[in-house]
Amino acid sequence: MKSLTVKYFAMFRENAGIGEETLSIHAETAADVFAATRHRHGSDEPLGHCKVAINDVMAAWDSPVKDGDSILLFPPVAGG
Amino acid sequence: MIAVANTAIDPDALRTKLFDPAAGAYCSFEGWVRNLNEGREVQRLEYEVYTPLAIAEGEKILTEAGEKYPHLRAHCVHREGLLEIGDCAVWVGVASPHRDEAFMACRYIIDEVKVRLPIWKKEHYVDGDSGWVNCERCSQS
Repeated sequence: MKSLTVKYFAMFRENAGIGEETLSIHAETAADVFAATRHRHGSDEPLGHCKVAINDVMAAWDSPVKDGDSILLFPPVAGG
Repeated sequence: MIAVANTAIDPDALRTKLFDPAAGAYCSFEGWVRNLNEGREVQRLEYEVYTPLAIAEGEKILTEAGEKYPHLRAHCVHREGLLEIGDCAVWVGVASPHRDEAFMACRYIIDEVKVRLPIWKKEHYVDGDSGWVNCERCSQS
């Protein structure tokens, strides 16, 4: 089990009803965190449509996560 | 330079920051809030920006543009918060020695900004409904 701070943005935050939470979960990668929090962010989007950052640095979904990390889950972006 | 603004973008003021005696070409792009999207009448838009990473990723994009098109000067500003129809949501300006590079660099920057920056757009419709918009290219990838 790892203690992770998970932050939700835009649609994910509205679905979750909170901006962030600290969770103890089994997760090896950022993708594992996305899957473990699906009941919160409620997204059926393919991972390739969403983005993730670890400790404020953009990351790949197969990036490893470690105890104490902040995982930022971004729904599909739509700037411009 | 890339910036996130919570007040109106002033393209004329931004343009003057790009003046460069070595530049023979200036090109800019403004993205405006329009009143119709996918058949629905839009009343206003709301942009959410995660500024720390929007700035970091935006600086990367400008650096990449500078590497692709040497001697480039480039700025980009994106709005956050509530915007009305006709407001400028994003501005990109570039100056370079020649026009080909100016056009291409401007296009490169706005295209990358739209798919890479952590920015989300919520449309508020005339009928009172609202919804988050998905980036076209991201949804197709």
